[in-house]
Amino acid sequence: MCLGIPGQIIEIIDEEKKIAKVDVSGVRRSINIACIVDEEHPCLSCVGDWVLIHVGFAMGRIDAEEAAKTMALLQELEEAQKEMEAMSRPPS
Amino acid sequence: MTTSSNSQKRQLGVLNSDVITLSHGSGGKAMRDLIEDVFVRAFDNEKLSHMEDQARIELSELQAKGDRLAFTTDSYVIFPTFFPGGDIGKLAVSGTVNDLAVSGAKPLYMTCSMILEEGFPVADLRKIVQSMKQTADRAGVAIVTGDTKVVEKGSADKVFINTAGIGVIDSRFNVSSSNAQPGDLVIVNGTLGDHGAAVIAARQDLAFETNVLSDCAPLNLLIADMFEACQDIHCLRDATRGGVATILNEFVRDSKVGIKLAEKAISIRPEVRGICEILGLDPLYLANEGKIVSIVPPAYAGKIIDVMRRHEEGASCSIIGEVVESASHMVTMETSFGGERVVDMLVGDQLPRIC
Amino acid sequence: MKYVDEFRDPEKAKSLFCEIEKISKGVREKLGRQIQLMEFCGGHTHAIFRFGIEQLLSKDIELVHGPGCPVCVLPMGRVDDCVALAERSDVIFTTFGDAMRVPGSKKNLLQCKAEGADIRMVYSPLDALELAKRYPEKEVIFFALGFETTMPSTALTVLQAEADGVTNFSLFCNHITTVPILESLLDSENLCIDGFIAPGHVSMVVGEGPFEHISSKYKKPIVISGFEPLDILQSIYMALAQLESGRAQMEDQYSRVVPKDGNAPGLNAMQRVFELRDYSDWRGLGTVDKSGVQVTNEFARFDAERKFPVANVKIEDPSECQCGDVLKGKIKPWQCKVFSSKCTPENPLGALMVSSEGACAAYYNFGNMNELQELRKSTEIADVTK
Repeated sequence: MCLGIPGQIIEIIDEEKKIAKVDVSGVRRSINIACIVDEEHPCLSCVGDWVLIHVGFAMGRIDAEEAAKTMALLQELEEAQKEMEAMSRPPS
Repeated sequence: MTTSSNSQKRQLGVLNSDVITLSHGSGGKAMRDLIEDVFVRAFDNEKLSHMEDQARIELSELQAKGDRLAFTTDSYVIFPTFFPGGDIGKLAVSGTVNDLAVSGAKPLYMTCSMILEEGFPVADLRKIVQSMKQTADRAGVAIVTGDTKVVEKGSADKVFINTAGIGVIDSRFNVSSSNAQPGDLVIVNGTLGDHGAAVIAARQDLAFETNVLSDCAPLNLLIADMFEACQDIHCLRDATRGGVATILNEFVRDSKVGIKLAEKAISIRPEVRGICEILGLDPLYLANEGKIVSIVPPAYAGKIIDVMRRHEEGASCSIIGEVVESASHMVTMETSFGGERVVDMLVGDQLPRIC
Repeated sequence: MKYVDEFRDPEKAKSLFCEIEKISKGVREKLGRQIQLMEFCGGHTHAIFRFGIEQLLSKDIELVHGPGCPVCVLPMGRVDDCVALAERSDVIFTTFGDAMRVPGSKKNLLQCKAEGADIRMVYSPLDALELAKRYPEKEVIFFALGFETTMPSTALTVLQAEADGVTNFSLFCNHITTVPILESLLDSENLCIDGFIAPGHVSMVVGEGPFEHISSKYKKPIVISGFEPLDILQSIYMALAQLESGRAQMEDQYSRVVPKDGNAPGLNAMQRVFELRDYSDWRGLGTVDKSGVQVTNEFARFDAERKFPVANVKIEDPSECQCGDVLKGKIKPWQCKVFSSKCTPENPLGALMVSSEGACAAYYNFGNMNELQELRKSTEIADVTK
């Protein structure tokens, strides 16, 4: 359920109606960003932000730090795995 | 076409109207002006200029080129009429040329039959006809006969084109969707889904902006070189509606084999991928208008790839999978993630989804 | 694609598969049977099949595919209502593409369109609002469906329509909510689910709270998950780790997108425009109290159900249909009496065959290869003998 795709805001089209243009892998479209605009993030400051797009609305901002944390965890696991493999291989 | 027993070149009529009206389909002078000024002037060839009710082709000419006649027809309806990378005219010539060429035939002659909606701008019609002429020239075929009908506003969507074509098959070639054998390799001539994505993006209602162009092109020269490189190409089809996945499913059904694709080897343009991710579509089922899927004996694959790369339309060709034995005649794909999934025939159209 | 490709890295997947393999052995022994994890959301189901995750996963784990496909669970009566609304000559009926093929008792929207109804597929509810502005002489009805992820977009569209003074736009509201249906599943007898992979995009809107509540109420591990294959694998791993150590908590794997408290502007818009219905019908699952929303009185003029007569007749699911048993993990899709015989994606009988996200359709299309191959072989033989 709920197809959501990451895209980057590249331009604010209508500040009052909170319409911005996003880019998804070279495809651009106007979307509504009302759900990610608040006092801390005024409309114009959103350019460059990565957002999760669902049915023409930015439904959330993607947190780069949290993404990096998740990635780091997976990276650690991968490295541990590779070490294990290296250890279990007979010395040549 | 209207008759004239006078075979010598004569003055062509002139069309003085900005839009098509019912009188352009009535059989009178207006129709003759339309045909002569728009079609005959653009297509300009000896066979058409006779203006008989039919084109006449010497059997000896055909016999010299092979031992079987290839004969095909296709109707073209597309919205929008003009799209990035092509238009309905380019599509109508490319499609029929490709349908002939995938049999191993050299495409020679085509028909052009149009159904026009009353009110269609003559300038647009001229553009379409010009585009047909350019594409036919590129493919080396002549448009030698045709027909025009005009229907009332609302009875058709702007313009429908039917083209039929004939070509001659070289006696050395025998390609069929039932020829695939385990061990054969599957080759496509480039990125998938360009046409489908370009048309989706060009439709105003979805409001997408992209740079993706339709791949619409005649492929007969590319295909001719492939046959020269390997006379024993087992299966060959152009992957239009339903995409590559549909063609592969036809091959496995007709040849009673399986096909295993490698997702990693399949190239998709980033924008096409973008559109697919946004709308939840699968590029394997998106339409192409300049892509062929061939199944070839493994020993010839390298040679075929080499000749394909020399053509603009084959520059990014790749081997995307292989034919395997399979009792259930299924197409499967090793995903880029390392898993495996079935690539089945589609039930209907792919519809954009939100969930 | 940023935030997509890195979460599809096969190398990292390998190590996750290994870790899952290791940990699941112990958990299986502890349970004395196969571990059953349910991914609630159709988006997860789709990803699991699209990337072929299931065959690579430890055989100690069985994934049970949940009811989280709003198109699949749409009851026939509501589709009939859509058809009736769409067939009005004064109406342009707008919908997401998914809903076009969902069967009603007589026809689906695709057939209805073919018969002449003005039905248009849109990408966004805002596109439907634009149509209303372009065709002021028509009523433009938007078929609002989906879980909480989609609710803010329709709520905000109604608020926009109000701000723009548009009077010929309305919703046919069929939004449904995740938590009540999850609770109703958990309340049912013989449920055999050890942990849940929870919908990340619903959580993006509603936050972690509702899933925290379920986890503590039913003492089940729940992991909120993203939709890329590495997200799903990591979530499975996290759920297994909980089972191993005897914990039952809500954990959030999808922290890059899910804020703890959800999306405030979205929730505010939902609260203004929608209120809970007393009950909603679910195809294959029956009637569940307070599991859907309707338009509030304040916005009644944007409610198609109040602007036009809507029959809202309940139509029973076909009796052979075993969707409920599949959803509860009692049987696998291909064990259903009608799977691939009377019930196919072409002619779906039950909810789970309707959309490509439904578990049965996913099996039918992408399938667990071995079962599918056997099945196809036997049906082919059956065809020959006819």
